[in-house]
Amino acid sequence: MVQYLVFLALSTSIFALFSLGLNLQWGFTGLINFGHVAFMTLGAYTTVLLSLKGVPLLLAALIGAILAALLGLVIGFVTLRLREDYLAIVTIGVGELIRLIVNNQDLPVGNTWISGAFGIQSYPIPLANLQPNLLLKLVMIGLLTLLAVITFYWLWRWIRSKGTSKLVDSPKQVRKKPDFILRLLGGGLLGLLAAAIYISGIIALYDYEPKAGLMLLSLLVLAFVFWRLEVLVRSPWGRVLKAIREDEEVPKALGKNVFWYKLQSFMLGGAIAGIAGALFAWQLSAIYPDNFQPQLTFDAWTMVILGGSGNNVGTILGAVIYFAYDTLTREFLPRIFTNLSSDQLGAFRIMVIGLILMVLMIWRPQGILGKKEELTLGK
Amino acid sequence: MVNSDSSPPPLLVATGLCKSFGGIKAVQDAEIQVTCGSITGLIGPNGAGKTTLFNLLSNFIRPDKGRVIFDGKPIQHLPPHQIAREGLVRTFQVARALSRLSVLDNMLLAAQKQTGEKFWQVQFQPLVIAKEEKQHRERAMAILESVGLASKATDYAGSLSGGQRKLLEIGRALMANPKLILLDEPAAGVNPRLIDEICDRIVSWNKAGMTFLIIEHNMDVIMSLCNRVWVMAEGKNLADGTPEEIQCHPKVLEAYLGK
Repeated sequence: MVQYLVFLALSTSIFALFSLGLNLQWGFTGLINFGHVAFMTLGAYTTVLLSLKGVPLLLAALIGAILAALLGLVIGFVTLRLREDYLAIVTIGVGELIRLIVNNQDLPVGNTWISGAFGIQSYPIPLANLQPNLLLKLVMIGLLTLLAVITFYWLWRWIRSKGTSKLVDSPKQVRKKPDFILRLLGGGLLGLLAAAIYISGIIALYDYEPKAGLMLLSLLVLAFVFWRLEVLVRSPWGRVLKAIREDEEVPKALGKNVFWYKLQSFMLGGAIAGIAGALFAWQLSAIYPDNFQPQLTFDAWTMVILGGSGNNVGTILGAVIYFAYDTLTREFLPRIFTNLSSDQLGAFRIMVIGLILMVLMIWRPQGILGKKEELTLGK
Repeated sequence: MVNSDSSPPPLLVATGLCKSFGGIKAVQDAEIQVTCGSITGLIGPNGAGKTTLFNLLSNFIRPDKGRVIFDGKPIQHLPPHQIAREGLVRTFQVARALSRLSVLDNMLLAAQKQTGEKFWQVQFQPLVIAKEEKQHRERAMAILESVGLASKATDYAGSLSGGQRKLLEIGRALMANPKLILLDEPAAGVNPRLIDEICDRIVSWNKAGMTFLIIEHNMDVIMSLCNRVWVMAEGKNLADGTPEEIQCHPKVLEAYLGK
């Protein structure tokens, strides 16, 4: 159970990070990226191959992120001047292109060249061989506690917050009460999940397990990236991005270099996905081209849309719900449908995700945390 | 003729502007001049190429030929955002409010030379940015006050009516602190009372030193506001002069009413 929850927190934080990159590009800037996995693949392979050459791990991950940003620069430079659908098409292609390259090329693994199709194994992973003394354990538990406290504080504030948004005085004051109960239920569930993960995290960190260290690392990275993104999207810089999302002619007429801002957004989103790729590779501890299927891009889209695009908290929530769903159905579906094979169950779970998304689009098209008013506004 | 001592120097001089879309010559050898501190009108029947001329001046559409001199500098080779930075800000025929941004954010976007618009400055200069934002916010609120939108500052711009969007767009152009504002049909689709209000505002901003170039079909607006009017028809210059001269210019009457 402890191990499973640690695994869950690790996966969730990595994919939350991955989706935050997409949310910056799509949710805030309106750039359609159907090949987000390309950045992740590049980040993962760069980190792994460089660290096998002896480059320090964090430096390798940083270079991975920079290369992912450069990939964004190249894609953006050729397509961002054109209409937005060109970007969508090119990103689909690049996503596949990168995967096919690492599948078919010989890769410099350590001192030899090995065909990419064999995958890469036994590369260094941060905190894997750590044997922490009591002090270090306490420090790590302290960091985890800090994250937990922040999470609980936000959950509490969200449950108690007024249902109506500040921007538009909603006429639906009557609906406040059920909203509160819904928030209490949702917040309570999330709180329970967070508490379970927190407790498992403490146990796993105390009897030190490498995965727990990696979980702490990726939670910290996620928290840091989330914090910087929140600062950015609320700054004048973020205002320009949102203006581009709404109507790029307006910022252009007001003296903003629209092309350059789109590039920045695309590159930064790519770099974040690159870091997520490094963490993903460390979690997997052996990577194969098949780990980077286009499916991952659409998982990220699901998470962004589920939570409400243009909302960083919503994106993280989307990732949590996605993995909670994944876990619950993996656990309980085989018990309910005992006559189905595991292949059928796998397909069934994906079908249900599609169904949930469709229901959501009808019932709450703005996503869970999105603002309804924003959808009904005419251009 | 050389400028006499009394007339101020031209702020904008465009000559020989041409633009064809396929075989259609939308603008042919057009010229226009805007003197500093004036309100200049640009009129003409539908399809005369007025909006295209605006697009050429602001380089939203690249001219095939021609020169645009703004404030003593040629600008026809600059990309649109740099032209705006030089101080030539345009508005759009159909008001473009950024729907999912608040009215105040729409205004703040227009402020020029913001430290917080640079990625690295956001990381390292939060205090400077907060201070600037406060100043910009005060200025934006003052302008919103003058266009009567102060009470809507925190609403989404998408919730504004058509006329209010026009006002927001003019206010946004002012917020950019330009030398010249190109207004494309500020009175189109606006109710008569609001038109009067918009005209009053334009006059008072003009008195405060702002130069305007206005496209408008509403002749009352043109006649009451403008010092000088340029007339276009079928992509070419037809006439220019004071509103009184234009009103009884035979060619203008012909273009509008037929022979």
